[in-house]
Amino acid sequence: MADNVDRGKRRMLVIASSVAGTIAGIGVAVPFVMSMAPSARARAAGAPIEVDLSKIEPGMLLTVEWRGKPVWVLHRTKEMLAEIPKSDSKVSDPHSEIAQQPPYARNEVRSIKPEYLVLVGICTHLGCVPTQKLQPGTESGLGSDWTGGFYCPCHGSKFDLAGRVYKGVPAPINLEVPPYMYLSDTRIMIGQDSKGA
Amino acid sequence: MTRTQRFINWIDERFPLTATWRQHLSEYYAPKNFNFWYFFGSLALLVLVMQIVTGIFLTMHYKPDAGQAFGSVEYIMRDVPWGWAIRYMHSTGASMFFIVVYLHMFRALLYGSYHKPRELLWIFGMLVYLCLMAEAFFGYLLPWGQMSFWGAQVIVNLFSAIPFVGPDLAVWIRGDYVVSDATLNRFFAFHVIAVPLVLLALVAAHLVALHEVGSNNPDGIEIKRKKDPKTGIPLDGIPFHPYYTVKDIVGVVVFLIVFSFIVFFTPEVGGYFLEHNNFFPADPLKTPSHIAPVWYFTPFYSVLRAVPPMFSSKFPGVLAMGAAVVVLFFLPWIDRGAVKSIRYRGPLYKAALAIFVVSFFILGYLGTEPTNVWGQFGAWLGGADRATVVARVCTVLYFLFFALMPWYTKIDKTKPEPERVTW
Repeated sequence: MADNVDRGKRRMLVIASSVAGTIAGIGVAVPFVMSMAPSARARAAGAPIEVDLSKIEPGMLLTVEWRGKPVWVLHRTKEMLAEIPKSDSKVSDPHSEIAQQPPYARNEVRSIKPEYLVLVGICTHLGCVPTQKLQPGTESGLGSDWTGGFYCPCHGSKFDLAGRVYKGVPAPINLEVPPYMYLSDTRIMIGQDSKGA
Repeated sequence: MTRTQRFINWIDERFPLTATWRQHLSEYYAPKNFNFWYFFGSLALLVLVMQIVTGIFLTMHYKPDAGQAFGSVEYIMRDVPWGWAIRYMHSTGASMFFIVVYLHMFRALLYGSYHKPRELLWIFGMLVYLCLMAEAFFGYLLPWGQMSFWGAQVIVNLFSAIPFVGPDLAVWIRGDYVVSDATLNRFFAFHVIAVPLVLLALVAAHLVALHEVGSNNPDGIEIKRKKDPKTGIPLDGIPFHPYYTVKDIVGVVVFLIVFSFIVFFTPEVGGYFLEHNNFFPADPLKTPSHIAPVWYFTPFYSVLRAVPPMFSSKFPGVLAMGAAVVVLFFLPWIDRGAVKSIRYRGPLYKAALAIFVVSFFILGYLGTEPTNVWGQFGAWLGGADRATVVARVCTVLYFLFFALMPWYTKIDKTKPEPERVTW
């Protein structure tokens, strides 16, 4: 019996059916894998939102929700803006060279109009929400040379009043500036800019 | 022939009942010198059964829906008859599972139980451990408290650190741009169906592999080398049943006393088994002031925090955390010691193991605390957080235990092993 077996043909058939079976298996896996991607409803929930800036007092921060994430709109005072250059030597990316902002926010204060800072309030380390430590000095609990900014309670990352990350903390890059545009002097649209992104 | 015997014969002609009983219990010969450390395998099996049973009853009342999950857990706690007891058994069981498994793994380190011919047994065990971590992680999201939410947020974001595919992968895992209802629903599916099935299959493989090669023992010598010439039974072996079933019952009783004490008197264990922040409903817009995973993940979490970002990427930290677990898989091959058991190892292995255990405990403790828990060093160390520096030192020691193992186990001055097992 064994002598009559065409081993070459048997081998070929085993390989061919294994390959065909594997390809079919991968094909069948596709719908299951794709079903775990965000649904149409989740994607639709990512629509842009409008914010009225006139309601934000100088020095105050407004948190709005966009795509389920907290977005901060901070009305910076002249004093706050004056603090920002002081942290240039302490932050790891003072000139915003890493693309964490649209090109129109790539400047010293990381915003279109210096007074209004728009940031995604999610730490670039592991996605916690940093707490506001807007006042400079010891009152913040972060030392007398603190120039105001944000402190992440999860792993101790620090950011200045432009959302720039300090050196030597777990977060690797600056806080993200979302795409936004001015609809008028006092209204902005978050999640969409002039290019219609 | 009695009626009972005839009935058993009827079964044996159709299913190997008696043969299986003999092979795995009444004629499975285990070394006669098992000690305290050999309780934890059977205890792990007990906790697995308890988790499955309590889990089934919890799913009868739990709602995997972001709008209802937190409320349904409170409903179980307050309105479902005995719901509080079942839930506390499940939450206590999760932590006790890890205590038992860590002690079970430490036993392997003490007595070299991963050595040839038990490499696959060790690997199946490690896979069980990975499954257990996945099971704990998915399960922790289900109460939908603040720690559930932010813990899941942190862990899922670990995947976003993977170069190139990371951010898309994290969205795919969550099924949304943030941890949301979609995430909760799928984690429920993983927790109650997918992972338990894999876990059960791996536990079966672990036991089959164990019964093929036979148990190691505190002397680390093979009892199969000295057999009774007439019966072929190992001279130092005793049947698992009744000897070890009875011994294990003692362990089970003591374990259940401790377990019941926790369930009935201190189910939160000071915030270690059930974290205080998880008694607040999940709030995506507000991070708790201090995020820490449950205690069983904290050694690895400390490793994650200890590694600073490199090349503007947090990936090295994530990689180090993964490596801290994966490196355990390689123990059978990096340990080149001439003997298995700590009883006959030289001073180098004993010292290395002691340093490893201390580092593991310090990392575990620091992972439960914020990085400023011990204050800062003075200006001479750049004002760095003391805890971060200590975590970095311990992380290095943790990895050195494995990295130097081929060297120190090889040159260690071992003692001669005995011919037969001792007490």
